[in-house]
Amino acid sequence: MKAFLILEDGHVFTGTSIGSKREVISEIVFNTSMTGYLEVLTDPSYAGQAVCMTYPLIGNYGICYDDCESLRPWPDGYIVRELSRKPSNFRSKDTIQNFLKRFDIPGIAGIDTRALTKILREKGTMNGMITTDEQYSLEKIIPRLKEYTTGKVVERVTCSEKTVRKGTGPRVALMDFGAKENIARSLIKRGCQVTVYPAWTSAQEILDDQPDGIMLSNGPGDPKECASIIKEVRKLYESQVPIFAICLGHQLMALAVGADTHKMKYGHRGGNHPVKDLQTGRVYISSQNHGYVVDTDRLDPAVAVPAFVNVNDGTNEGLSYTGKNIFTVQFHPEACPGPQDSAYLFDRFMDMMGGAR
Amino acid sequence: MPRNPEIKKVLVLGSGPIIIGQAAEFDYAGTQACRSLKEEGIEVVLLNSNPATIMTDKDIADRVYIEPLTVEVVEQLIEKEKPDSVLPTLGGQAGLNLAMALEESGFLREKNVRLIGTTAQTIKKAEDRQEFKNTMEKIHEPIAASQVVESVEDGIAFTNTIGYPVVLRPAYTLGGSGGGIAHDEEELVEILQNGLRLSRVGQVLVERCIAGWKEIEYEVMRDSHGNCITVCNMENIDPVGVHTGDSIVVAPSQTLGDKEYQMLRTSALNIISELNITGGCNVQYALNPDSFEYCVIEVNPRVSRSSALASKATGYPIAKVAAKIALGYTLDEIKNAITGKTYASFEPMLDYCVVKMPRLPFDKFISAKRTLTTQMKATGEVMSICNNFEGALMKAIRSLEQHVDSLMSYDFSGRTREELLEELKKVDDIRLWRIAEAIRRGISQEQIHELTRIDLWFIDKIAILVEMEERLRREELAPELLREAKRLEFPDQVIARLTGKTEEEIKAMRRENGITASFKMVDTCAAEFAAATPYYYSVHGGENEAAATDRKKVLVLGSGPIRIGQGIEFDFCSVHCTWAFEKEGYETIIVNNNPETVSTDFDIADKLYFEPLTPEDVENIVEIEKPDGAVVQFGGQTAIKLTEALIKMGVKILGTSAENVDAAEDRELFDEILEKCQIPRPKGHTVFTAEEAKKAANDLGYPVLVRPSYVLGGQGMQIAISDQDVDEFIGIINRIAQEHPILVDKYLQGKEIEVDAVCDGEDILIPGIMEHIERAGIHSGDSISVYPAQTISQEAKKTIEEYTRRLAMALHVVGMINIQFIVCGGEVYVIEVNPRSSRTVPYISKVTGIPIVPLATKVILGHKIREMGYTPGLQPEAAHIAVKMPVFSFEKIRGADVNLGPEMKSTGECLGIAATFNEALYKAFLGAGINLPRHKNMIITVKDEDKQEVIDIARRFQKLGYRIYATRSTARVLNENGVEAIRTNKIEQPSPNLMDLILGHKIDLVIDTPSQGVDKARDGFIIRRNAIETGVNVLTSLDTAAALVTSLENTDVKKLTLIDIATIE
Repeated sequence: MKAFLILEDGHVFTGTSIGSKREVISEIVFNTSMTGYLEVLTDPSYAGQAVCMTYPLIGNYGICYDDCESLRPWPDGYIVRELSRKPSNFRSKDTIQNFLKRFDIPGIAGIDTRALTKILREKGTMNGMITTDEQYSLEKIIPRLKEYTTGKVVERVTCSEKTVRKGTGPRVALMDFGAKENIARSLIKRGCQVTVYPAWTSAQEILDDQPDGIMLSNGPGDPKECASIIKEVRKLYESQVPIFAICLGHQLMALAVGADTHKMKYGHRGGNHPVKDLQTGRVYISSQNHGYVVDTDRLDPAVAVPAFVNVNDGTNEGLSYTGKNIFTVQFHPEACPGPQDSAYLFDRFMDMMGGAR
Repeated sequence: MPRNPEIKKVLVLGSGPIIIGQAAEFDYAGTQACRSLKEEGIEVVLLNSNPATIMTDKDIADRVYIEPLTVEVVEQLIEKEKPDSVLPTLGGQAGLNLAMALEESGFLREKNVRLIGTTAQTIKKAEDRQEFKNTMEKIHEPIAASQVVESVEDGIAFTNTIGYPVVLRPAYTLGGSGGGIAHDEEELVEILQNGLRLSRVGQVLVERCIAGWKEIEYEVMRDSHGNCITVCNMENIDPVGVHTGDSIVVAPSQTLGDKEYQMLRTSALNIISELNITGGCNVQYALNPDSFEYCVIEVNPRVSRSSALASKATGYPIAKVAAKIALGYTLDEIKNAITGKTYASFEPMLDYCVVKMPRLPFDKFISAKRTLTTQMKATGEVMSICNNFEGALMKAIRSLEQHVDSLMSYDFSGRTREELLEELKKVDDIRLWRIAEAIRRGISQEQIHELTRIDLWFIDKIAILVEMEERLRREELAPELLREAKRLEFPDQVIARLTGKTEEEIKAMRRENGITASFKMVDTCAAEFAAATPYYYSVHGGENEAAATDRKKVLVLGSGPIRIGQGIEFDFCSVHCTWAFEKEGYETIIVNNNPETVSTDFDIADKLYFEPLTPEDVENIVEIEKPDGAVVQFGGQTAIKLTEALIKMGVKILGTSAENVDAAEDRELFDEILEKCQIPRPKGHTVFTAEEAKKAANDLGYPVLVRPSYVLGGQGMQIAISDQDVDEFIGIINRIAQEHPILVDKYLQGKEIEVDAVCDGEDILIPGIMEHIERAGIHSGDSISVYPAQTISQEAKKTIEEYTRRLAMALHVVGMINIQFIVCGGEVYVIEVNPRSSRTVPYISKVTGIPIVPLATKVILGHKIREMGYTPGLQPEAAHIAVKMPVFSFEKIRGADVNLGPEMKSTGECLGIAATFNEALYKAFLGAGINLPRHKNMIITVKDEDKQEVIDIARRFQKLGYRIYATRSTARVLNENGVEAIRTNKIEQPSPNLMDLILGHKIDLVIDTPSQGVDKARDGFIIRRNAIETGVNVLTSLDTAAALVTSLENTDVKKLTLIDIATIE
């Protein structure tokens, strides 16, 4: 069946429908990872977005549920050049075609994903629609596309209740703004007991549980949509509990201390971004998925100083909070998908909490 | 960290002659590195014995030494040039080994010269078996468990610790005889007992069996600050067991999930960090397809063939970055030249799929075993890029230029299903086609996978191609079907064949339906950033990113994969031609498909199209670029073959016209021209059948030369002395359908002379005359060639100059011409004319200091020789003598006959250049690795015709202290003539016989002149093969033997004079 991808600027790509036949409007972004399509699909930070994979051959090794970063796929739509008809891997349990259908994710295949990527690169991230309706009318659709915003997506992706995952080491409070599973896994692997809190949990409730450290997770959307969460994060900042934050968590902490964030032209999504540790000068290749970034121009050094910077475009990739046991990064040390080079940051967090027990 | 200011003058070590396993990729890497160093203001001294390389050009390095790559030479060079640093990591294994020797002897420390790009410790950790094992164990990186055992009991005990199956490799047996795979104790005992008995030292290596695992490679970079990145990973379609150089390889990996990809990536970074490498490194893994278990197979702490492939596959210039790192820069300080915006500290992301296929030499070595093993056999490779795997595979297949254009190119119709199933177990160069046939016969993908261990994903892709063949055969060709076939990169010709239409009809249908190729850019970043470098590949479907400029532009057609007969020399020519056009204000567009070469580096031409060199693929480019002209005379036979198609496309051929190229190849036309010019040639006839050939041969009188026309490297050429020979040779030639007649010529045994010349339509310029040491009958590419000619008379030289002029004029040559002559009995004959650039062009350019390719290019554009400041005619002879020595790779090709003849067999060459002939000859032998005196024992066995001639050679070897072993009749002749020779039994006679001597590792040299014919069962073949495989030098021509003894008599290695080629004017 034919499918169409209609962009806000009037571009239309014609391809083949994959997954659900449902019509969907969302923000269109691209990801340059060559492996890890399942991790991308199950990363809650993609809620509200349709992802275009720039690597043209997707689904080659099928679906292995162990690799899921959450319980379900989150993107509103999926855009690929070609889905493999025969997955091959010893762990493969299903095909990506079935997976998309089962979770009702609409998608389009067979389009020139490179041409789409170039449009997004030149004009910036924009909204779009995936539809199978051959009778579509651009005049009617484009105004709807322009109206669309991702809105308060964190609410959609966070967990519904507090859960405890046993461990014998430091007790970590994990604020779930749409956390990727490997954040908890990375902590548990280091012996931590991880308590996962829904995004709306108050700072007081968390602090009452007396955690040894607090982990602010990644998550979707515009950080400024999370006004009430930011207030709670501010309270966490004022506590003496060591804090480590990733991606959205990093942005929320920055906003909590008065810094600003802005939307990037087309963001960073992929597994090849070089980030420089400003303390050591070492460069690490990182996994990234963000469309917003912290402005460091107006950052008061008495509050926080840049700890990491993106080598490609000079944007901020991490902050170290002055006089506080807090550091935050824009990229994903939990990887999945992508390079594991910055996993050492979890060890640093362990040290901040007084080391493993 | 900015660059180390103490580094001012760097000695770069090249890799020497092209041999199987060490080919053009090191010229590419070395050239890129030298340019990168010069960019930084470094004075570059280059040492490489290979004159065919671009890196040995005075444009590339400041000081250029084409000298043997030996420790003595490097030491002398360091004394002379006083570099402050040596960069050895770009010269392959040869470069690393030299660096190691210099470091270990303390010479570098003594002279205060630093090794950059690596350290001796790093080399040792990666190269020494035991150190490597220790290092890997230290960082918990698994390697295949193995142990050397000397008894069956030890073997069983060790196997019990690692589990079955195990591979058993007896030490020091020929070709691994006596080895095998044991699946249980019973098999182990049987094989081990036999292996221990066969092994000369009573040792067998017992190794964990990882055959059938996935073979994965990572290319990693690291700087002195410890920053690491991976440039690319690659997956071998052929599982572990086939050398990666002989495997079909895809980049990036296709069947690895992120977990496996990152696991191995992290491992590769750990390894490069632990080895403390600063620069590039290649790590090869075996990955168990059924678990996360893996082992490190090998680490190359240097730039390698795989890194050249990775550079071309991603656009990331590994050698250039490695050179900058060697100077002290860190990755985040080095700009990404492709985007111009980002830095070298990132990882390329591909939005396409790359397939590499090996170019195997079995068309040259028809007697050789086609089995692919862990010993590399490919002479070259092709790469293709597409946005789907099937398309990339189809493009790679037709890039090979081996009469294959699809998965239907081999005929299996004679095989039963059972035979096919049995043959699926074979691992050889036609396995891919056999799998396709198996799919056609309905054999299940699972069964094919069981038999081949090739991943099902790849087998399914082959099935998709087979299904398309079926659809094209059966269905009406609707536009949608055609569109899909083109997306899978089926050539029009193949579609035409399958649909029963003509190629023109398919093309017309494509046009009507807007099905055309579009070009995408290789940009290192999957379109995330705008790219500044126009490096393109074609796909069918989607947006076209290539656009023509309004500049004057020229299409330069490259020479495709490196093969015997068409090597790196043609890349030298293509690159220089490109540069010359650029200087003349043209926009240059290169089309080529060889990832190992300099010409496919993205900054050589203004635009690079990485595409197959077939008419259809070239036409796609022509339609977009609309070039003002194309040059075909520098790209070897590959480019010449495209001439007709280019003319049809309306592209102007620059330089010599197509009709005149034809005139040189077409026997009748050529005879007319020779007659008109009053130039004699050996008498000959054109024939089509064996009957005609025999008639012609008897008319001319034996011996005669038999060969197909329109071939390179004397392919299929043989000297026949009887009707029986003629029958046999014609049979071989006609195995491949011949479009052109077969030539039968009188064979003249004289001095062979070769000339390259430039002609501007009015005048000619001959840089020099080259003379072959071996008499006519041995292919010019396999002969030792001497410049200037030493033994021919002044009159003969005059005649050669005059004939060259006449021929160039008669053929209306504009640009290059190459002519081969025979001087026989005072008479000069022409034997071959090629109105194009030849194999000897780089060599003669360098030793005469005359830049022939740029001159020819300018001539093509209308400049005149005189106006460029040259006096036409034969140029004055240089003050030095240069000897070009062929280098062979016989030990790599099991079953290939080493006997030299009219068909070319050498893979590369090296140069000896000196003030005297003897020293030049000595250097040439040294450079070719013929380093004799060890045991001072030699074997002589020659055919009857040669017995008188060999006496003097034997006497001279004896004088040098050699003990001579000879077979009965040779020994008798020698002894009768006062040369002591120990009579030895032939191989079928009882021990001790010749074979025992050879296998006993007591022999330095075998001189064996074979009797006529290709009957390989003869003793000689067995002797020569066994000698080669035990590392003994074999000479099959008395001329070569005489030259060798001359060189041994005359020079002392310590007194070599080193010549800076860059100073030759």
